[in-house]
Amino acid sequence: MNGRAGERVFQFLCWLSAAALIGAVLMILGYLVLKGAGSLTPELLFGDTDPLKALTGRAQVFDGILPAMAGTVALVVLSVGFALPVGIAAGIYFAVYAPPRVKGVLALLVDILASVPSIVIGLFGLALVIFLHKHLSPAIQPSLLISSIALACLVLPYIIRTTEVSIDSIEPELKLAGQAFGASKLQNTFYILIPRALSGIISGSILAIGRAAEDTAVIMLTGVVASVGMPGALTGKYEAVPFFIYYISAQYANQRELAQGYGAALVLLMICLGLFGLAFLIKRRLESRFFYRG
Amino acid sequence: MQPRSEQAAERILLVCAVLSSLITAAILVFMLIMGLPLLAGGRIFTLAISAWEPGRELFGIYPMLLGTLAVAPLALIIALPVSLGTAALIGVAQPRGAVLFVRRFVQLMTGIPTVVYGFVGVFLLVPLIRGMAGRGTGMCVLTAALLLALLVAPTMILFFGEAFQSVPRAYLLAVDAIGADRWQKFCHVILPNAWRGVLGGIVMATGRAFGDTMIALMVAGNAARVPQSVYDPVRTLTSHIALIKAADYNSLEFKSIFACGLALYLVASVLVVLIRRIGRHEAAR
Repeated sequence: MNGRAGERVFQFLCWLSAAALIGAVLMILGYLVLKGAGSLTPELLFGDTDPLKALTGRAQVFDGILPAMAGTVALVVLSVGFALPVGIAAGIYFAVYAPPRVKGVLALLVDILASVPSIVIGLFGLALVIFLHKHLSPAIQPSLLISSIALACLVLPYIIRTTEVSIDSIEPELKLAGQAFGASKLQNTFYILIPRALSGIISGSILAIGRAAEDTAVIMLTGVVASVGMPGALTGKYEAVPFFIYYISAQYANQRELAQGYGAALVLLMICLGLFGLAFLIKRRLESRFFYRG
Repeated sequence: MQPRSEQAAERILLVCAVLSSLITAAILVFMLIMGLPLLAGGRIFTLAISAWEPGRELFGIYPMLLGTLAVAPLALIIALPVSLGTAALIGVAQPRGAVLFVRRFVQLMTGIPTVVYGFVGVFLLVPLIRGMAGRGTGMCVLTAALLLALLVAPTMILFFGEAFQSVPRAYLLAVDAIGADRWQKFCHVILPNAWRGVLGGIVMATGRAFGDTMIALMVAGNAARVPQSVYDPVRTLTSHIALIKAADYNSLEFKSIFACGLALYLVASVLVVLIRRIGRHEAAR
């Protein structure tokens, strides 16, 4: 009987842990939805500016988060654009080509990059600016381009890792089948391994997009500012949604700004969870399609 | 012989792999170069043990070191039992539907932006803690640790869950056959067999707890003082870097943030080596 009671206590504690965790998160998300839902109007984006004029660039948006949204989109496109080709190529190298010894060293470095705190990567970006400023051209300042490069360093290890794992987890039979038919290593990689690993690579890349969109620490050292308008040039300063949220939490001047902060936080949350869901669905759907076909 | 295109392709892929790993080295080199004037000649020790008082030309990072050492371990201590329980729930069975929901929810948690936790923390948790403490602003060690615990919990849970599921099925069946209950099965079979995975999860979570910036920056109060209690405001190494506003890139004040960067870099590297050690044993078993 003693054992039974022990088991019941154990079960209870397990459920209690899960309930506490989920309850805490739901409370946070629920609070945000409660406070932020009212702000989800076109006004959140455009402020007092006419949406049509704002979108066509004929009017500046001063009290909406459109410039911050545009900044975040630019940031994500640039950084993931930099990191994707390099990351996928490196991942393929690790999974298919790398001799064990080479892989040991290089993969260790990539692992370290993956675990270096994002603020340190931001600091690296800042150091890069200072270095280039001194030795290349005094015109170089923290900017959209520098932020994108630093952010690319942040998401690069995610992309490498998901590519590598997606290829690694292909069934050994399939990995060998192409070569058995006389395909070269390159043909085998591009006609068999990559198509088979595509769902994993795509969903990993979408997660990288989410990571780039939500990161605040990297960009706050490399060029983001609270108010500058739409991102104009690669070498200019810009706004971004996560930084706007941070800024409002520390320096909101009135209730209207605070409401905007809630709205922006809710928008960022929806974007990130949306991307997360998309990554999940793609992985699942492509997998099941392959499954049925094979 | 391999055709030329084969070789070219392999070389391009190799260059990308080398480039990626060189970034890691480049970060270290930049930290060292920028922080050098502060680190040279044994001054690194003075730096690590002295206070932060820019007015008196003191740029030590001791308070920030202790700030990080207060917030991160407290967060881990809060997160560990909750994560163990949740992971046990996911790994050891129970009705399928609800457990699947718990697992999906934990996975979803990894997608929540840190800055969102921080933002809600400022307006929801900070006033609560302020009331509890009865003093101060409510921005303190405890507030940051609680939110940080939420941030690191999914890392632990998913890692633990994997470790629990990798316990050989034969062991589980054997222990079922001799009539053990779930509690006994967990304590005497699963945990002893999966402890390396559990350790790995804790190390992973430690890395996240040390490296997070936004939560500490937004809710820990950022006072560059050594905390005396969990209700004291602190500044972590990460938020110290984020808060730097020196316009003069050559000032000692500015250089000191690179000492923080180096410290964080070192912690991250050590943890990675640790994880690899743990993982290697796992693979060898």
